[in-house]
Parts: sequence; C-alpha cells; structure tokens
Amino acid sequence: MARFGEAGKRDAGTRSDCWVGVELRDSGGIRLELKSKVGALYGEAIRAQLTEGCRALGVADAKVEVVDAGALPYVLAARLEAAVRRAGHEPEAPWLPAAWAGFDRPAERGRLRRSRLYLPGNEPKFFPNAGLHGPDGLILDLEDSVAPAEKDAARVLVRNALRTLDFHGAERMVRINQGERGLADLEWVVGHGVQLVLVPKVEDPAQIAAVAARIDQLRAGGPEVLLMPIIESALGAWRAFEIAGASPAVVALAIGLEDYTADIGAQRTQAGTESFWARAQVLNGARAAGVQPIDTVFSDVGDMAGLRASVLEAKALGFTGKGCIHPRQVAVVHDAFAPAPDEVAKSVRIVCAFEDAQARGLGVVSLGTKMIDAPVVKRALATVELAVRTGRLDAEWRETLPAAAPAPAKKETGGGE
Amino acid sequence: MSRLVQNAAGRLVPVEINGAPAVPFAGVRRHQPSGRRAGPLLRSCSDYPADGDKTVESLKQALLNAGLRDGMTISTHHHLRNGDRVANLVFAAAAELGARDLRWFPSASFPCHDGMIAHMESGVIHHIEGSLNGPLGDYCTEGRMRGTAVLRSHGGRWQAIQDGEVRIDIAVIAAPTADPFGNATGDRGPAACGLLGFALADSQFADHVIVVTDNLVPFPCIPWQIQGNHVDQVVVIDSIGDPAKIVSGSTQITKSPDRLLIAELTARFCDEAGIIRDGFSFQAGAGGTALSFGIFLRDIMRERRIKARFVRGGSNQYLVSMLEEGLTDYILDGQTFDLEGVRSMRENPGHVNTSPFTSYNWHGKGNFASMLDCVVLGATEVDLGFNGNVVTHSDGRLLHGIGGWQNCLASNCTILPIPSFRDRIPVIVDRVTTLCGPGELIDVIVTERGIAINPLRRDLVEALRGSSLPIRPLAEIKAEVEDLCGGPPAKPRLTDRVVAAIKWVDGTVIDSVFQLEK
Repeated sequence: MARFGEAGKRDAGTRSDCWVGVELRDSGGIRLELKSKVGALYGEAIRAQLTEGCRALGVADAKVEVVDAGALPYVLAARLEAAVRRAGHEPEAPWLPAAWAGFDRPAERGRLRRSRLYLPGNEPKFFPNAGLHGPDGLILDLEDSVAPAEKDAARVLVRNALRTLDFHGAERMVRINQGERGLADLEWVVGHGVQLVLVPKVEDPAQIAAVAARIDQLRAGGPEVLLMPIIESALGAWRAFEIAGASPAVVALAIGLEDYTADIGAQRTQAGTESFWARAQVLNGARAAGVQPIDTVFSDVGDMAGLRASVLEAKALGFTGKGCIHPRQVAVVHDAFAPAPDEVAKSVRIVCAFEDAQARGLGVVSLGTKMIDAPVVKRALATVELAVRTGRLDAEWRETLPAAAPAPAKKETGGGE
Repeated sequence: MSRLVQNAAGRLVPVEINGAPAVPFAGVRRHQPSGRRAGPLLRSCSDYPADGDKTVESLKQALLNAGLRDGMTISTHHHLRNGDRVANLVFAAAAELGARDLRWFPSASFPCHDGMIAHMESGVIHHIEGSLNGPLGDYCTEGRMRGTAVLRSHGGRWQAIQDGEVRIDIAVIAAPTADPFGNATGDRGPAACGLLGFALADSQFADHVIVVTDNLVPFPCIPWQIQGNHVDQVVVIDSIGDPAKIVSGSTQITKSPDRLLIAELTARFCDEAGIIRDGFSFQAGAGGTALSFGIFLRDIMRERRIKARFVRGGSNQYLVSMLEEGLTDYILDGQTFDLEGVRSMRENPGHVNTSPFTSYNWHGKGNFASMLDCVVLGATEVDLGFNGNVVTHSDGRLLHGIGGWQNCLASNCTILPIPSFRDRIPVIVDRVTTLCGPGELIDVIVTERGIAINPLRRDLVEALRGSSLPIRPLAEIKAEVEDLCGGPPAKPRLTDRVVAAIKWVDGTVIDSVFQLEK
C-alpha cells in the first residue's frame, strides 16, 4: 500500500495553487511543514485548516508538507484530500468545504446559452474570477484540458469549486470524461451544485440515457441537472436528432469541430466547408428535438474580429451559442448574438402591428402597405424577446417607445411579405 | 530613538528623523511653509575654465575634486532605471577613497542597486533616503540599516531640496549625452532614456554637480535639459547604463483577463462620469492595467472624436500614437518608458519634457497635477476610508517607492484600478499597513468585483446613479473577498522601532514603517 501521496503544483511559476505531500505514519500524530508565500498573513489559518482537514479525512498520524503559492482555502482542501487519497487512504466520509449560499440554485432550462467558457479543471487560479466576465455558462472541464494522471485531483478541486465559489450568475457547468470515467466523474459533481453536464463525443443516445440515469440515481430527488451532449464525430452527427431527444434533461446540443474534422479525415479550414453538413445536421437535430443548437469553440484568442465574424456566421445558420476559451471572448460573442439595432426596430414595428391587428380583431397583419405572414411575426416576437433578454431593448419598451407604434393599418389585399 | 506622536491621520510618527526635526502630518492642505528657498553656494566663472572644458579623467578624481568627506549626501537619479551603472560606480569610487557614513539620496532605487547593501554593511553608506524595493526594502524593514529611511514622492523630493530639508553635497547626474561644459540631455545617445527631469533640482541646488556621460559631444549639447552653468565637472566613462534595461523596446499591455476587465471598467467609469470630453486631460501610470486603460480610453475618444488638451506621461508607444493621431495636443512627459517615447520626445514639439517642479512640487505656485481631470494609479492596499498604501506589502515589508503617486492625488478625479485580491491576499483592508495617501483624495476604487465611489464625492455618486456599471460599497467588495480568502489576513508582527518615514507632499510625516519582528 502506498504510504505517500502528493498533489498540486510547486514549480516556480505556480500561483494561487499549492503542493501537498502526505506521508502516512503509524504514530506520532500530524506533523505539519508549511512553506507559504502568504505565511505572514495566513500561516495560522492554513495550519488550522490542514489540521482540521486531517481530522475530517480520518488521518491521525502523518507528515503533511505544504508548499503554498497563495492557494485559496478550497484549493488547499482539495490538494490535501487528493494527496491523502493518493497515499492510499480512502476517507470514510467526504470532507466538504462549507458551501457558498447559492451553490444549489436550481438550473433554468430555457436560459440563454450564448457563451460557455471552458476552464481547465485542474487550474484553480482561473476559477474565482471567471464568472465576473459575464459568460452565460462556466465549464469546469474534467476532460481534454486535464492530463490523465491528474483526473483524480481535478475531481476533488472541481467539487470544492462548485460548492464554494460564486459563479456570478453563470450557469455552473462541468464537462465530464467519456465512458465509464465520465460516469464516475458524476459522483464528484452531482449534488455539489452542478447545473449542467456536458457529455463529450456522444455517438449513441444510450450514452446520454446512461448519464441521465446515473445523475437521477445520484441526485436522489435533489435539484435537476441538465445535459448538453457534444457531437464530435461522423456517427454522432448522423444521430444528432436521436441524441438530442435521448433524455428530457437535454436542453442543448453542441458540436465540437476539432475532433469531428479529424474523424471524417478532413483538415479544419477557416471557411469550414468540411463541417457544413455536420453543423447543419446538429442544428436541425437540436431544433427538431426542441433544444438549443450550440456551435463549436473559437480557438484563436487573439483574433476578436475573426471571432465576431464566426459568431455572426453561426447566428446566420441558426445557432444560439458559441464556445469560448478566453474570458475576453465573452463580450464579443454576446454582442454578435444580440439582435442588431435595425433588426430590433423592425421587429418592434412588426410586433406592434401584430398586436394592433389582434386588438382590432383583424385576421391579417400589415405594416404600411405590406402584408406580414405568421412566421415573420413569430420571428419578430423571438427577436424582441431576445433583445429584451440581452439588454438591447427595455423590457417596458411598449411604454417607452411610442414612436414604434405602427402606421394605421390599411385595408388592402394581396400577397404576404 | 525619537519620540513618536500621533499625527492628524492618527498615525504614529517620529518628531526627529536622523537627528533633524520632523513635522507630523497636519492634514491635507494644512501645513503652511515659510521662509525662503535654499540656494547653492555662490560661485565665480574665474574658478572654471574659460574654454568651457570641465572634463576630468575619472569619477574618483571628480569626487576628490568635489571634496568628498565622511557623512556627505550624494544624490543620483533613476532615469536609467534598472540599467543604471552610475550610482554603483559612484559608491564603488567613494568606497575606494575610504569615505564613510554617506547618505545616498536617489530619486529611486532599482534591483540593479542591490549592491548598496554591501556598502551599508561596510559602513560606506549610512542610510538611504529614497525608494527601497526588493532586497534593499527587506534590509531596511528587517532593521539592518543604520539611520532611518525617508521615502518621498517625486514632488516631495523637489520640495525637500528647495526647502533646504535635504542639502545635497554632491549630485552625480548620469547623462546619455553631454558636452564638456556640462550641458546634458537624455533624449539621445547610446543610453538614451528620454528626459532628465528628476535631476533638475539636484543640478540647481546641490553644492557640487558632476555630469557623467558615455556620449560626449562638442559644445553645445542641444537640447540642454540640464544647463551646464550648474555643473562643476564632467566625467566620460565607457557606459552609463545597459540600454536594454533603461527603456523597454516596447511597453506591453496586460494579457490578464481580470486586469483587462478592470481597465475596461475604469475607462467606462470615466466615460459615464463625464470626464472624457473635448479638452480634457489625464495621466495613467506605467503598469499593465494603466496601459490597458489608456487603450480603452483611446478607443472611446476615437469613436466619439474627442481630443484631449494634454496627457501626462510616463510616455509610451500608446500615448505617442495618440499624439500622432491627433487625439491629444500635448504629452507633458515626466519619464519615458519605451523607445517610442524617447523618439517622440526627440522629434515631436508636442511631446514636452517636464520636471517634478512643474508637475508635482507642492511648495510652488501651483503644479500640473492638480489641473488633471483624471489620474489612474495603482496601490498595494486600500482601506475602508479610501486611504491608500503604495510602499509596503500587507506583510509590512517595503516593496515600492512613492514615485509621483502622492502628487497625482491632487487631480480632480483619482482612480485606483486594482485587483480585489492578489493570490490569497485581500487588497481592501480595515486599515492600510502604511498610509501614503489620505482617503479624502482618493475618489474611486475599481476592482474586478465592482467599482466603489468615495462617498465624499457626492457629484460622482450622483453622476453614476442608475449606471449599468457594477457600483458597490467598498465594504461589500471587501466582505466578498474576505469570504473567498478565508477571512481577513493577520496583521504583521512589528516592533516599535521606526525604520522608514513616509513624507507627505508638503514635507510633513504622514506615516512610519516599523521594523518587522524577527
């Protein structure tokens, strides 16, 4: 049995993280050796937390060495727990940090998911402030951004982060691993404040059903956990509609192009013709199943103009969300997804004309000399709603926009718009 | 050790520093100076060569000619920043000459000056009056320096010299270009640094002035930022500094998303507060956040076609681009941070060099700092009274000089864009470790978690009412951060021995730095 375990980082560039080494012993109690960058200010607090942690984890005799580069308490706790587990000690009960007041806020099915910001699950320095950049969703990633050897440590860290950090209004998302490992990941996040789970590389509705079943088992009547399957292969794209409908917990269907293009044997290009079919397929599958269609990530963090063009293109295709890997992308994505001012103004006129026609009991909606078809009204209503939700239009616009009132309806006949 | 009294800010300060009486801080704008300015010794042209050639063969000889004696005050300047070789050469020469107990009076110190510790250990230097960072800061805060450090702002240094509070025996001015008469400039030469404003007072008030250059040109050296008529001797050496460390090739804006957010919030605040309008003026520091603030500000000005009347530097490539693009009429520059700034100062008449006299000196007939519509500065700590600290870390160690920070607080709107915590250490505290700037002069604190407006600024509170910006009480941001960091930090354990005195812009003592417990 291993008697020594270590977790975290202590190389020169480390910030807001720490390294913990635990050597389990048979006697002698807990011996702490602490080297901390913030020792003068938090040394006592750190010692107290480590002592409490050993007790809570059921470690009575050990040498605990800590090299701290300003880790927040939830990180320190996660590193200690990971090191203890790696030393071969399985705690009887979990050592859960005191939860943030809003950590178990229920998920909202229909909320905007324009931006989802990926954060590497084992890099705590990005966690506390990421929500301040205003993404619709924050993803603590357990999959591709975490090295295989660190998966266990990342799980503890992600659990602690979910419980203790304010995400500042962002949806609390976790991307789990594929297959069995992903199902095991769920034990670390369900019941700890996760609102939506991203399931990678889905090719079979059964995968989603299995994830949903495990979540139901784990949450045991607790808050609902939503799902966003990610389509990243030819087979997945082929079955997009079935996957989107595989569980009532699915609220969005996303596409990941890096793996998809590799899977079909193509190079990913700027123009993206190689992935056009798959994107259209995912989009239509999502819409057909009544869930949000979400586009892939834009990975050039230096190219804001390119990002904006990419979002406008995705929006034109019908997507309602985009993946981000840098906080500065969020505002650009939101701005590009928001309806343009002329689009809003036109939609407001159409909605007013529609409401006016309804009030007058007219079956036909017209704007000026033009007849307005029902789908046009439907789209205008959606645009006005999105404009209100994205702050482009005051919720009380009917009161504040008298100028938007339509011209008096004229009795005319003729074709639609 | 001197008696300590409580000053008007409630801080314990010595009434005597290094044997000279000191006046406790009496409140902002309270201390009234009297008397006349100090002046250097009278001299006669008959004592200087008629052909104008004041060159001597070595620094050592120059120090001998200057009458170097034990206990003298020697000043140097930080135009060459971390590339400076001159200050180190001066004290090496003084050590060789057997001088002891000197007072080093730099305008700032840099890591390249860490060797001064050896001179303090050997007794060549008694103590330092200037900024103390890194190992020098530790040396002082651990109580190993004889004498008390005195930290002054750039304006306060000018004030101390002109008021006669500090008499400089020998000023040594590193000059990127000079002529044999002693005219000198910083805007050209292999070690070009821009301007020599920090040495101007020393040139005018010191008893003896030595210009050291590695680029001697025949008389006249044009422009003459330093006038040779103040200069006693000129020494030519191989190299006054390492150009790579004097100015960076290019200034870098921050890549940190949090700092970019803070910079953006700061620019939006200025916009919503009505500060950004035709003919306005601003100054931003050299840090990454302040630079990025300048970029966001520039974008707003471009979009609205707004032109500033003047921008105060620390100049850099971004300010230069604003000048060249016509977004400001002038850059009034106090120091140059990159090569673009140096080039612009050399070539562009709209890029004007200034000094602590014009910009910062409190004991003058006004200064530029108080005319600024807005300044953007850093801080290591702020407290709930909006008081600011720039010199010590929360653990009590000296880590920065004051620079122009205190002087800039005179602006119409002083904004501190700062992260709410660094690693685990909260930046908003109950009471700043060292008081450098009184809260009544600090108007706005911008963090990534929200913007706090000093309640004393009812006009700003009113202007931002209903804003979409995250305006929050400072105490609320503090509580949120302490929650994240696991409670407020412990206080450093300090002795009651004063190791450094912090001067206010008027020469009074605003706070003390105490020796750390072992």
